[in-house]
Amino acid sequence: MDPLFTWTDFFVLKPAILLSLFGCGILLTDFLLKQGRWNALTALVGEGFVAVALWQHCEDVAANGQRFALGGSMAVDGFSVFFNYIFVVSAILAIIIASRYMDDEKSNRGEFYGLMLFAQAGMTVMAQGYELVTLFIGLELMALSFYVMVGFLRNELRSNEAAMKYLILGALSSGFLAYGFSIFYGMSGSTNLAAIADAVAGREISDPVLLIALVTTSVGLFFKISVVPFHMWAPDVYEGAPTPITAYVSVASKAASFAMMMRIFLVPLVSVQELWMPLFGAVALLTMTLGNIAALTQNNLKRLLAYSSISHAGYILLGLAAGNETGLKGISLYILVYIFMNFGVFALISAMRREGHATEDIDDLNGLMHRHPGYAILMLVLLLSLAGIPPMAGFYGKYFIFLGLLEAGSYLLAIAGALYVAVSAYYYFRIVRAMFLIESLEPAVIAPGLGTKIALVASAVFTLLIGLYPEPFINMATGSILLSLR
Amino acid sequence: MKEHILSIVWLTPLVGMFILLLLPKENKQLIRIVANLAAFAGFLVSLPLVFWFDNSIADYQFVERVSWIPALGVEYYLGIDGISLLLIMLTTVVGFLSILSSWTAIEERVKEYYAFFLFLQAGMLGVFMALDLFLFYVFWEIMLVPMYFIIGIWGHARRLYAAIKFFLYTLAGSVLMLLAMLALYFKHAEQFGVYTFAIEDLMRTQIPLDMQIWLFWGFFIAFAIKVPMFPLHTWLPDAHTEAPTAGSVILAGVLLKMGLYGLVRFSIPLLPEAASDATTVQIIAVLSIIAIVYGALVSLMQKNWKKLIAYSSVSHLGFCTLGIIALNPNGIAGGILQGLNHGLSTPLLFLVIGIVYEQRHALEIADYGGLANRMPIYTTIFLISILASMGMPGLNGFIGEFTILRGAFERDVTWAAFAVLGIVLGAAYLLWLFQRTMLGPMTNPKNEKLRDLNLREICVMAPLVLWCFWIGLYPKQHFEVLEKPVARIVERVDPEYYSRNGIPNPLNEGVRAASLVQD
Repeated sequence: MDPLFTWTDFFVLKPAILLSLFGCGILLTDFLLKQGRWNALTALVGEGFVAVALWQHCEDVAANGQRFALGGSMAVDGFSVFFNYIFVVSAILAIIIASRYMDDEKSNRGEFYGLMLFAQAGMTVMAQGYELVTLFIGLELMALSFYVMVGFLRNELRSNEAAMKYLILGALSSGFLAYGFSIFYGMSGSTNLAAIADAVAGREISDPVLLIALVTTSVGLFFKISVVPFHMWAPDVYEGAPTPITAYVSVASKAASFAMMMRIFLVPLVSVQELWMPLFGAVALLTMTLGNIAALTQNNLKRLLAYSSISHAGYILLGLAAGNETGLKGISLYILVYIFMNFGVFALISAMRREGHATEDIDDLNGLMHRHPGYAILMLVLLLSLAGIPPMAGFYGKYFIFLGLLEAGSYLLAIAGALYVAVSAYYYFRIVRAMFLIESLEPAVIAPGLGTKIALVASAVFTLLIGLYPEPFINMATGSILLSLR
Repeated sequence: MKEHILSIVWLTPLVGMFILLLLPKENKQLIRIVANLAAFAGFLVSLPLVFWFDNSIADYQFVERVSWIPALGVEYYLGIDGISLLLIMLTTVVGFLSILSSWTAIEERVKEYYAFFLFLQAGMLGVFMALDLFLFYVFWEIMLVPMYFIIGIWGHARRLYAAIKFFLYTLAGSVLMLLAMLALYFKHAEQFGVYTFAIEDLMRTQIPLDMQIWLFWGFFIAFAIKVPMFPLHTWLPDAHTEAPTAGSVILAGVLLKMGLYGLVRFSIPLLPEAASDATTVQIIAVLSIIAIVYGALVSLMQKNWKKLIAYSSVSHLGFCTLGIIALNPNGIAGGILQGLNHGLSTPLLFLVIGIVYEQRHALEIADYGGLANRMPIYTTIFLISILASMGMPGLNGFIGEFTILRGAFERDVTWAAFAVLGIVLGAAYLLWLFQRTMLGPMTNPKNEKLRDLNLREICVMAPLVLWCFWIGLYPKQHFEVLEKPVARIVERVDPEYYSRNGIPNPLNEGVRAASLVQD
């Protein structure tokens, strides 16, 4: 009989185990350390250990390829390693931004960092899970941690409201997801993705049961990646949450949900690709339309970025709608560059203060070039990248997505996506306009801590670096795709 | 040195920009000196190109080719032919002169101004050198950003609107071009199994006509916006009118030429069947003719001096596109040469406006009048630029228009007839402008204090005036430079052209055809 817990199981689970251990550790040592920044440091050390574990995963994948553990419910492959690294990088950036921000908000407590690590543990399970219940647990672990973190500014009405909205809508979406999962279980008698793949492949494509399962699962995931028409929570949550958490939600949680989505749609549901590709295409088109148009008139930076992140989700989803290798490469690369460009912008927003209060309107950036030319130029790099202007990193994500669509023959989607680039440039350039073109008598006040400075500079430098020399990053993205498409 | 000359040419302004960024922003005089030196150095390093360039070689010269992104098959691939050579020289000359012309015009945020200008210069030069479509696209896009700032920060009253309009218009066109590029790239990879953006490789792709036509319009819209062609020209009057003088100069002098360059370098040679398709030719010719006549008529009605020149650009560039789409040697060579001519005479016209604007801060034609009485040198230069612009024999505009007319005539007599109408209208609005601003009594007392050109301003304008006379009196060298690249384009769209018309093909070894206008 197999032993219950083998060395391989431990190896595969190591990132999640380390994250949980460090998360619990922070909760325990918090009352001894008393100071937020020590907790942040502990969390960073934890991330270091996770990074090492991931490096071991990476070596293992290079040598042995895909590896399963825990009775086939968890996997290690290029895909999981890539996404886990994305979570590590975004968690590190979120932690170093949060350290100063939460001090300023007088809410710098240990639980905060503990929750960040728990959320990340959930994400690693989402990226590695190969079984519906495991994936679901990972998702819920992540989501529950986020509900608390979003509402962490207890004295702020907006933060409370955001947490409540997020919780209710999140629970609803989980319900949809669980419903879809239960049908898959009913069809196959198993929760393992490989077994479900066999059951799905054996069915007619027009089978209504299959359609219901597919649609409910999609709806649950659409909530998580905030695409139209399930995006309503995003602007409020982004606006209300503490800024580092806004960045963390918009990048890491979205990346994890995309990872889970790809696991489900590219493994068990790949045989019914014809069924979901048009669905994703339509949803992506709606998402880009709404996200871009709603962003045009926003004056609050965080809301603007919320809508912009909705439209970015639309672009990423187009990669799945293309349904070919290039499209998948595009998704991975897009998510990779999105960490840097988005975190950079949020790092700057988190540092905007006036008389001790956080300010977050576009007008508050007026005249930034005059007062802080360095920050203005870094922001320019990030915004150009978000708009997809070469040679910034953001361009390459779009490049692959468009190429994928053209290869798949979806010309109209490609044209729509391309034209929305011009629309999105308008609202990103509203920020540029405030920073560079408008002279302000009362210039913007930016007071970043050391961590925020590092995050901002590193993000902008990476954005430019990936843009000028994308080769290694493209190869990384190539190594991450799930090669199960037809 | 010789093998890296192109990189040196486009990187010099960029290096200048970085040096500029290190200077303290309070020391405006030092910044001006360094910026001018950098721009002048940019001109000097481009000068060897003229001497080293070999007219007898039909292929690209000074080629630099290094792999940049192997995963995508993107290369850092530079090279020039005669068309690029003329435009690069135009860029380094006009770029330097416009920086020189800003000495007293720009008083605020001086350091940023020159930094953006040098960055723009580098981007524009890159556009004219890139032989890899991807690299071309990068230069093409990145150059929008400094121009946005130049219009948006140092422009006139409606600068914010004009800047974003310019930016979005061009961006919308270029994303469509990106799709066409990617489709071509994918098609090529499908047929040859190699991913590459190098244009001579992409030219080998076999593309069915209907797809070619789609791709052609994808490219065309991007270039037509830049040219700008009717009905996509509406950004131009705003951008020109609102930009600071040097911005208008560079916009008219160089940026608009990128559209023409894109047509002859990419659209037509990459998709020859679509370009020579009768419908395509008809549509573009009609749009060009509309641009010629409409631009001229609108110019006649303008009350704003700068806007008048802006609309005259629409009209003049209509000539260029008409010549190019005639798809015969005279038409294409004339179209490119006329682009160059426009890049010399229109900057002169904008510089002339800039000089009185700096002193009077007024752009309405009605504000001026009788300036000839007080400003004789100024009036002379203005007259020369007007005559150059309207196509007076002995000056450059005549040579360009005449060659285009020959090309158009060969293709279709009606085209030539409409183009002649444009020339007549052009003479009307330009001479009327001259009459209203320069001649007659000086009625507005504010103009009494206007001073004539100083030495720096003469130095800014003199090279352009000399170049105008050079082309006007002895254009031979220019046509020689253009001969082979033009023949290559004609060869692509109409391989039979030379044998059918009994003209010796300049591409054939040993045949040194005489200059095109002298045969």
